[in-house]
Amino acid sequence: MTHTANEKAALPPGDLAIWFFIYAELLVFGILFLLYAFARSNNVELFNSSQDLVDRTSGAANTLVLITSSYFVVRAVAAIREGKVQLCSRWLLATIGMGGVFVVIKLVEFHAKFSAGISLSTNTFFTYYLSMTAFHFMHVLLGMVILAAVYLKNRKGGYSAAEHRGVETGASYWHMVDLVWIILFPLVYVMR
Amino acid sequence: MQYQSQSVSKLYFIAAIGLFVGQILFGLIIGLQYVMGDFLFPEIPFNVARMVHTNLLIVWLLFGFMGAAYYMVPEESERELFSPKLAVALFWIFLVAGALTILGYLLVPYATLAKMTGNDLLPTMGREFLEQPTITKLGIVVVALGFLYNIGMTILTGRKTVVNIVMLTGLVGLAVFFLFSFYNPANLVLDKYYWWWTVHLWVEGVWELILGSILAFVLIKTTGVDREVIEKWLYIIIAMTLITGIIGTGHHYYWIGTPEYWQILGSVFSALEPIPFFMMTLFAFNMVNKRRKDHPNKAAVLWAMGTGVMAFLGAGLWGFIHTLAPVNYFTHGTQITAAHGHMAFYGAYVMIVLTMISYAMPHLRHGKPANSEKAQVIEMWSFWLMTVAIVFITLLLTGAGILQVWLQRAAEDPMPFMVAQEKIAFFYWAREAVGVIFLVGLVVYIASFFAGGEPKEEASS
Repeated sequence: MTHTANEKAALPPGDLAIWFFIYAELLVFGILFLLYAFARSNNVELFNSSQDLVDRTSGAANTLVLITSSYFVVRAVAAIREGKVQLCSRWLLATIGMGGVFVVIKLVEFHAKFSAGISLSTNTFFTYYLSMTAFHFMHVLLGMVILAAVYLKNRKGGYSAAEHRGVETGASYWHMVDLVWIILFPLVYVMR
Repeated sequence: MQYQSQSVSKLYFIAAIGLFVGQILFGLIIGLQYVMGDFLFPEIPFNVARMVHTNLLIVWLLFGFMGAAYYMVPEESERELFSPKLAVALFWIFLVAGALTILGYLLVPYATLAKMTGNDLLPTMGREFLEQPTITKLGIVVVALGFLYNIGMTILTGRKTVVNIVMLTGLVGLAVFFLFSFYNPANLVLDKYYWWWTVHLWVEGVWELILGSILAFVLIKTTGVDREVIEKWLYIIIAMTLITGIIGTGHHYYWIGTPEYWQILGSVFSALEPIPFFMMTLFAFNMVNKRRKDHPNKAAVLWAMGTGVMAFLGAGLWGFIHTLAPVNYFTHGTQITAAHGHMAFYGAYVMIVLTMISYAMPHLRHGKPANSEKAQVIEMWSFWLMTVAIVFITLLLTGAGILQVWLQRAAEDPMPFMVAQEKIAFFYWAREAVGVIFLVGLVVYIASFFAGGEPKEEASS
């Protein structure tokens, strides 16, 4: 199934298979968020005091980084819809670059936590905090791998205004990674 | 059969079926020992018979996987097997080593076997499913390395397909995680912790990749659906398998002395392990519905769809019912586990190997895509006999398990283990009777190979 530039984009964008995957991923995170909420309501004091120890600034910075990267990947899709292959490549690289920034900030944050002697066993809050952020971190890495594969195919001329489902597929996954963080950040770092 | 060297897989398939028979016979022995404790005592005590039952299962499935790889990989790579001679040599080494090990279990006391085989030099024996003498384990590593070399060289120098790469990844993982069977720390918690890296990461990790790729191969061949579509499904399935299965290992870490956070991680991730199995069900049925041709080998298609359904029920659903930590607190190590184990192994791994055998054997034996109508009808009878039998075995063991949990753990006045066992003896007797039906199904299955008749040609698409 191919669609042309002037045809209205079919929904959902990208490959249907990635949507099965995205929904499954959202289910995993959704369950983790719910469990976090229950654990928090059972132990408000502990969660409040532990939340004071997490680095809200780097979390907020990473939120901006990911939202910006989502904008970049939108630009990449818009570019390929108009057949601008090179421009699409550049926006994809910019997206992957922002992913890299996220990874660096996150690693610094993890390093600070581990240096402070905090681990999965410290308390219930840190079990959730570390496992949820680490699990999300791995999704950022996977998203970067997917976008890199899209970038390489695009550079070889694999996509065009008429056929660019691969770009949409990668972009959809990347938006999922962003979306999860947009919920994870306020939930774990901010909300009291 | 497109390539001459695929014929080595026949040896592996025949050995697999032979060992399968042995596994079921020992299953019937231990089933009876559940209710007649001194049956065959002292010749074959329960612990020995159980060891033979589980070890034979693993070994014949490995023979099945290897046979499947030797059949599938040349066809996918579009070249002859790198070394058919090596494949034949490894077959005999593996078979003889396996037979000697089983004889060792049966003929000498386990402690004597340990002494005879130099277990004290590198102690690895005495742990469930990994009971093999250390030298047998080393032999398995040698066979696995030779096998991987052969398959790897074939894949890397031929056409690379997603099906082949997933298969190779699964097989490499199988070999790598087996290495943890050599790690045997004195600390019992650590021992169990890493023991699961072999046991769990096999059956709920890398074996699922092997399963997925065999299923994909047979579906490509029998439905004529575009490879691209099937490969996409395969990618999604294995991604979900690994995302849920790896951290899902935590569902074995609830009560063995590992940190408490495993109760959360294990519960969440293993609760999602049914998803890839459910995807496999959808996958099999969707592909068959979208088929572009009616393949003459109806039996193979039936096995493939059966794998999709039974793997989901056995591994997915029956796994889920006792995977959450608060539930598992009561069900841990009861007959619920046995119920899950039987249906999961049958539904996922036994059936996928039988799917491959069903698809490949007509090619290997007659050079035709399908057996005669008569042979297929008999084979499909065996499918239903064995599958329905395993469903009833599972239901009966689940009934036994629920009662056991109640009597022994949840009731106001919990009973001692053996008293509870006596109360649920009815379920064990019924399970044994259904086990005999399973054996009948297996005999019918073997009979289907001797049914004769004119093999079928390819139907026009």
